[in-house]
Amino acid sequence: MMRHLISAADLTRDDAVLILDTAEEMARVADRPIKKLPALRGRTVVNLFFEDSTRTRISFEAAEKRLSADVINFAAKGSSVSKGESLKDTAQTLEAMGVDAVVIRHGASGAPYRLATSGWIDASVINAGDGTHQHPTQALLDAFTMRRRLVGRDAGLGQDLAGKNVTIVGDILHSRVARSNVDLLHTLGAEVTLVAPPTLVPVGVEHWPCEVSYDLDRVLPKSDAVMMLRVQRERMNAAFFPTEREYSRRYGLDGDRMAKMPEHAVVMHPGPMVRGMEITAEVADSDRCTVVEQVANGVSIRMAVLYLLLGGNEPAVTHSRTEEK
Amino acid sequence: MDSQDSGVARPVLEGPDIARVLTRIAHEIVERAKGAEDVVLLGIPTRGVFLGRRLAAKLEEITGRKIPVGSLDITMYRDDLRMHPPRALARTDIPGDGIDGRLVVLVDDVLFSGRTIRAALDALNDIGRPRAVQLAVLVDRGHRELPIRADYVGKNLPTSLRETVKVQLAEEDGRDAVLLGAKPTAPAGER
Amino acid sequence: MSKILIRGAKVLGGEAQDVLVDGETIAEVGSGLGAEGATVVEADGRILLPGLVDLHTHLREPGREDSETVLTGTRAAASGGFTSVFAMANTFPVADTAGVVEQVWRLGKESGYCDVQPIGAVTVGLEGKKLAELGAMHESAAGVTVFSDDGKCVDDAVIMRRALEYVKAFGGVVAQHAQEPRLTEGAQMNEGVVSAELGLGGWPAVAEESIIARDVLLAEHVGSRVHICHLSTAGSVEIVRWAKSRGIDVTAEVTPHHLLLTDELVRTYNPVYKVNPPLRTERDVMALREALADGTIDIVATDHAPHPHEDKDCEWGAAAMGMVGLETALSVVQHTMVDTGLLTWAGVAERMSHTPARIGRATGHGRPVSAGEPANLTLVDPAYRGAVDPAGFASRSRNTPYEGRELPGRVTHTWLRGRATLVDGKLQ
Repeated sequence: MMRHLISAADLTRDDAVLILDTAEEMARVADRPIKKLPALRGRTVVNLFFEDSTRTRISFEAAEKRLSADVINFAAKGSSVSKGESLKDTAQTLEAMGVDAVVIRHGASGAPYRLATSGWIDASVINAGDGTHQHPTQALLDAFTMRRRLVGRDAGLGQDLAGKNVTIVGDILHSRVARSNVDLLHTLGAEVTLVAPPTLVPVGVEHWPCEVSYDLDRVLPKSDAVMMLRVQRERMNAAFFPTEREYSRRYGLDGDRMAKMPEHAVVMHPGPMVRGMEITAEVADSDRCTVVEQVANGVSIRMAVLYLLLGGNEPAVTHSRTEEK
Repeated sequence: MDSQDSGVARPVLEGPDIARVLTRIAHEIVERAKGAEDVVLLGIPTRGVFLGRRLAAKLEEITGRKIPVGSLDITMYRDDLRMHPPRALARTDIPGDGIDGRLVVLVDDVLFSGRTIRAALDALNDIGRPRAVQLAVLVDRGHRELPIRADYVGKNLPTSLRETVKVQLAEEDGRDAVLLGAKPTAPAGER
Repeated sequence: MSKILIRGAKVLGGEAQDVLVDGETIAEVGSGLGAEGATVVEADGRILLPGLVDLHTHLREPGREDSETVLTGTRAAASGGFTSVFAMANTFPVADTAGVVEQVWRLGKESGYCDVQPIGAVTVGLEGKKLAELGAMHESAAGVTVFSDDGKCVDDAVIMRRALEYVKAFGGVVAQHAQEPRLTEGAQMNEGVVSAELGLGGWPAVAEESIIARDVLLAEHVGSRVHICHLSTAGSVEIVRWAKSRGIDVTAEVTPHHLLLTDELVRTYNPVYKVNPPLRTERDVMALREALADGTIDIVATDHAPHPHEDKDCEWGAAAMGMVGLETALSVVQHTMVDTGLLTWAGVAERMSHTPARIGRATGHGRPVSAGEPANLTLVDPAYRGAVDPAGFASRSRNTPYEGRELPGRVTHTWLRGRATLVDGKLQ
């Protein structure tokens, strides 16, 4: 059995619901005077970050510390990695120091999968975002946020997202968040629609378990949740869209567009937001926007994942990845 | 063939017995806690929570006051955490005013090795500082492995290690009973 | 020189015959030939082919002797049944001058395992900007006739046109690595269903096809011949088929790995499957097999691309592109083309010996197995079945995608001008 979390596609519906339910209990710890649980006492977790991502790193770090793990932070920048040391050597060096789990963020798609399957190390591997591939804990925290808002905190326990309509808007092509969310939301029974200019949708998307639309206004009225993805300004230079203004006009979410959404629908964003580009300040600061909640929920989800993978003698979460023929 | 299992088990307490026993424990708590003014009941999931709520109801009848009652999940404090795959967490629900300076009465269904209660004491430690902690159990079946004893016992039930004690409560099992059975000897791996 | 009698060999897969080699030449082909004074090799019904010719090999010397040298590369070639290999120009320094091509040519002579015919770069430093001294390389001792910037595409249409025109003066050929650079910036694998899922930069088929379309039209326009390296898509097949039907002088090659492997393997993120051009889809594989069978694709070339272990023992994005292929080429071709009934052994000889020798003007290679011809021969046991074990490779590198895979057929003997370079699977 695998002991890693590499892709949201590896999770079964029951695994995912177990993680969400566990996160719900973990969330309650945040309300206590002592925000600490002993589950990972004596376990060492390294946060191996080859890409800068202060948000994700501190979220994992907070989760690890609340579970009493010993935490090592390793940022590739300024380390031997920038002097040419390979991922393999870095990982083996860390394992030699007695690391039980590696939380890895890497710019190359597949680096965590490689780390977990190449026999370089024995530690558990948790993918904290790899290239344009996957970011499974982000998808889990998004699903958690949706379940709380759309089903209910206690009413959601044991439930999935069956029948909910989720719209993901923005740079799908370069987004690991979109990929992870499509996989997980489909597993949880939600209907996903991707909205983007055709240049920012990958070739091959027709095989994904979701719909694709180029027209945001048509999709908004039937959306229970609208997830806005960051669009980097550099994309403009590679001719993915003509100008920033045209992008915001066609695919940005402003107050008028938000008004087309059903009353109960929420606006989500994985952060960091580019205000004025994909989202206006009015929307970002509204009650319907869950950005801040998502950050808080991120810690609970990561606590749940860490506990379920590392808390016992073997993981509670089962994986079933389609192997090569 | 689960008829064999339940066929062997024999009830040692039935519904009315359990109700009577809880009433007695409630009176003992009022007496020992001098009116139970600062009592907080914390049930240990799963069945301890139901017993805690029943006790609270009885205490309220006796004292005419609202008794704070909650639940205390001990999963992550178990000393055998690393010997099994992680278990699903149960709810920890601390009543609004917390436990600081109060008399916490832990409530569980069966007292056996004492390890669950040790874990519960650790869990309490991360939540606050009670004035004192007491323990109420429906059944004490002996075989303690730690220096722990109950303050309130529904029934002392001498057992052998080859026997099982199973508590059933209406909230979870559809009926109230304490069953004494023989440990299934056959297939290893069964609980 | 000594005599060798190869007894009971199915020449090109036909009836069992005896082949008598005297010195560097085939003396006689027939039945019941006398064995006096000859070393006898009992072929036992194994297949006798003309020595194989690889129009596309990376020997890495000079510059990357950690991955391969001319000596280790030619030993690998002999193990795989080759008697002639064309060494690609992307060495360090680049083979873009008479000096470098002569060095490679001389190293080949010294190795003695296989003839080495250097390929010259089309442009200085493979940079695509300025024509290299093609004439000087042709006139050098190496006698270069094939020019290629392989690894990089000659993407500037004017430079490509000039190169095609220029080599006409001495009967040369430009072998194009068809890859439109702008369409493949950051490309990591075939663009399609799998790349979308894996989040790896897509390498669209059109990046290959658009260059091939342009170059066959250029070749037609200037009346030159053009060779297309490692064709990998169904669309490329269609374009070459169209060009040939129009009478354009185009030849094309396919690698063994593109006849067998698909981009589904990339799901493992194992860089052993990372190659340029990338592994494509099942549909492409089938189209390539069909095209090789019907002659649209002329030849099989290995694109043997050795890389040191550390360049593959890493994450996908950081890994080098390429696979070794000399020692498994014939097995893969047997598996995909012969055992499937698409090609006869005579067809294999055509595509792995006669035609590549003709395209590259490799004199003395790709000749018929008949009296008076140079004794460049390969004996194959098609009944052999075994898992590929890279530990047994003669190549200095081990980056094979077939490790542990069961493949049919094994080269047991190779003779280079009558001298055995491989006997019973052992290098001499």
